[in-house]
Amino acid sequence: MNQHLCSPKLYLAIFAGLLVLTGVTVIVAFFNLGPFNMVVAMSIAVVKATLVVLFFMHVRYSEHLIWVFVGAGVLWLGILLLLLMSDYLTRAWLAGLAG
Amino acid sequence: MSHPQTTGLAHQFDDVTQQRSAALLGMWVFLLTEIMMFGGLFAGYTVYRWSYLPGFAEASRHLNIGWGALNTAVLIGSSLTMALAVHAAQRGRRKFLIGWLLVTMLFGATFLGVKAVEYTHKYHEHLIPGPGFQFPGDLWQQAYVFFSFYFAMTGLHAFHMVVGLGILAWLVVQAWRGKFSAAYNTPVEISGLYWHFVDIIWIFLFPLLYLIERHH
Repeated sequence: MNQHLCSPKLYLAIFAGLLVLTGVTVIVAFFNLGPFNMVVAMSIAVVKATLVVLFFMHVRYSEHLIWVFVGAGVLWLGILLLLLMSDYLTRAWLAGLAG
Repeated sequence: MSHPQTTGLAHQFDDVTQQRSAALLGMWVFLLTEIMMFGGLFAGYTVYRWSYLPGFAEASRHLNIGWGALNTAVLIGSSLTMALAVHAAQRGRRKFLIGWLLVTMLFGATFLGVKAVEYTHKYHEHLIPGPGFQFPGDLWQQAYVFFSFYFAMTGLHAFHMVVGLGILAWLVVQAWRGKFSAAYNTPVEISGLYWHFVDIIWIFLFPLLYLIERHH
């Protein structure tokens, strides 16, 4: 068996980190950062998700094939969101040209 | 070779290592299809939030941050106990495995209980999309879309939690019967992957639904 055993202390540290980040994301939401509120909230969520994937889901210690599959999931989700918003976010520009 | 009874080795695999790799990869492929399913909802949400930001912000303020944050902490806690359950399984500690699985189920049930309280409040406030929907002000159509996304996304997530609780209950029974050991615990491990994935979905749902423009 090639299972990697993490120590429970590491799990506790990740758990504490996730709780702190949850607190930070709530507090930051009450400050007016303009469009950066969304950026900060999503960045914190991505960091939290990455911690869960790497340590709770053991991807950090998994074989390379798992890395490829996880990467493919992130890439395809990125294509879905980026290409979609590249349309919606730029429609105002075209409206300006037409006007 | 290990004995099939203790390792759960199926005949189509060369050895337990190959069997475990195939199971892990299979679960990850399933989770990728889940990412695409939730991804469609997240994409639709993103488009409408960008188009209807004033209504989304006002509607979001009808959600209770306290309940949302509490449930986030509860789910993160359940991920910790699930990771500890997998750890116990890998070490062949049956009692710890059963104990951590039960604690994880308790957290999962707590999450669903809080969600039920929230849904009940939304029902009494007439915020459930349908003929009875009421929202003060002239942004009610945008709020209607927000709450449609809210119930679709949290509802699909809650459904995954219910399925997860069923899987955990099955694992408890199997562990009780002594089916898992340090040599064979793949069902616990891949169920853990599913549970953590559902946690990750909530990690994104919480800021997207509860924390829009809260500084006003």
